[in-house]
Amino acid sequence: MSQGRSGAEQRLVTPGMAIGPLSGMRVGSGAVTHNGEIIATKLGWVREFNGTISVDPISSPYLPRSGDLVIGTVAEVRNNLWFMDINGSFQGLLPMSLAPWKVEFGQARQHMNVGDSALARVQEVDECHNVVLTMKGIGLRRLSQGAVIEVPVNHLDRIRGDNNSNLDRMKDVSDCRIIIGENGRVWVDGSDDGIAWAREALSIAKEHGHKDNFKSIMEQHEKKLTKKGDA
Amino acid sequence: MGGYGDVQLLRDDGLRLDGRKLDESRPVTIEAGILPAADGSAMVTHGLNVAVAAVYGPMEAHPRKIQRQDRAVIDVRYNMAPFSTSDRIRPGFNRRSREISKVTAEALESVVLVERFPRSKIRVEIEILAAEAGTRCAGITAASVALADAGIPMRDMIVGVASGKIEDTVVLDLDKAEDNYGQADLPAGILPNTGEIAFLQMDGDLSPEEFDLAMEYNFKAAREIHEIMVDALKARYDGGDN
Repeated sequence: MSQGRSGAEQRLVTPGMAIGPLSGMRVGSGAVTHNGEIIATKLGWVREFNGTISVDPISSPYLPRSGDLVIGTVAEVRNNLWFMDINGSFQGLLPMSLAPWKVEFGQARQHMNVGDSALARVQEVDECHNVVLTMKGIGLRRLSQGAVIEVPVNHLDRIRGDNNSNLDRMKDVSDCRIIIGENGRVWVDGSDDGIAWAREALSIAKEHGHKDNFKSIMEQHEKKLTKKGDA
Repeated sequence: MGGYGDVQLLRDDGLRLDGRKLDESRPVTIEAGILPAADGSAMVTHGLNVAVAAVYGPMEAHPRKIQRQDRAVIDVRYNMAPFSTSDRIRPGFNRRSREISKVTAEALESVVLVERFPRSKIRVEIEILAAEAGTRCAGITAASVALADAGIPMRDMIVGVASGKIEDTVVLDLDKAEDNYGQADLPAGILPNTGEIAFLQMDGDLSPEEFDLAMEYNFKAAREIHEIMVDALKARYDGGDN
């Protein structure tokens, strides 16, 4: 994500702004062609990588894709299925056949009720954006403890860092279990102090995630807890 | 809009009553992201007009009958606050706000890539906190910045601008006295990068030459206001410290 944002190439563009000629370049996400030019369709940073020009959006709604790991909240329960809020345009549907338990017809509410959170995977998204979820898989389960914190979807890569370096450090410093859902929800579980620190770190990410000095801001925040621990 | 012959709107030195030149717009300021709870928001002050826009979504379109299987619908609600003018405005929808909501929604639908979000709804709320002629233009500008702030894909932004005619002279950006006592008003929604027109209304009469001059003024103002829109969005995220 940081490739196009370093040095002289760093450029913030607004929708409609021409970001390059069409010749020799492929059009990536956040851009379209118009009158032989590539124009940005979103507010964001221009990225040129491997002959593709795209725009990394500053803010973006979550668009579910098949295979995404998401953290959902039960919004509605029927006899044989759950409707889950997955922070997208539409609720995700979890049928009892894809739940990790053996559910009798009419007993769905006894396993998960409205307001419960769960770790699920997107099984299928059709052309009308209907989302089917599954909880059959390793690690997919109801989240009965810890906290769910919302962060902007487009900052997830930076929260993870290269090869999850940032996420691993957050886990080490806070001594918490942290799972990042692709839908912009992060589950944190551990001691109260650890959760509080992680919550603060994620709110910093929300505010400063788009900045180049994000890493140093996070390092400063890390020192805060380390100092507290030393005392 | 028929004009009032006995009201003087141009001074003897050729300037307008508030000292502006014929092709001079009122001062415009724009701030993006003013409402933390909204997905995108903006505040526009255009002269004494103050417009706030908030964008929510895309979300599932309700009621179901408004859903389109192949694209999103844009649900615009334009409202003037009761305290926005010296005469208290009765709260709620009225004929004028319905009309402005409709033309604003149609203008925004022409720039937003609605086909990316089938069966969805993008909610745009425009609240006019202070009114002094030209609120629909301020509202469209605010909505456009709020949509960009929300990360909704658009092929261009829309700038709301207006020209008109007072004392048989074409002028840019009518204020309240000029709007009330002038001869014509020509609000337009202009796409600054492509030069297209997303909406156009006319109240009163203009000759073809006057119309051309009024549109020339509108395009000039659109370019100026677009720069302020871009600066507002950059100031929110760029901040000069990243």
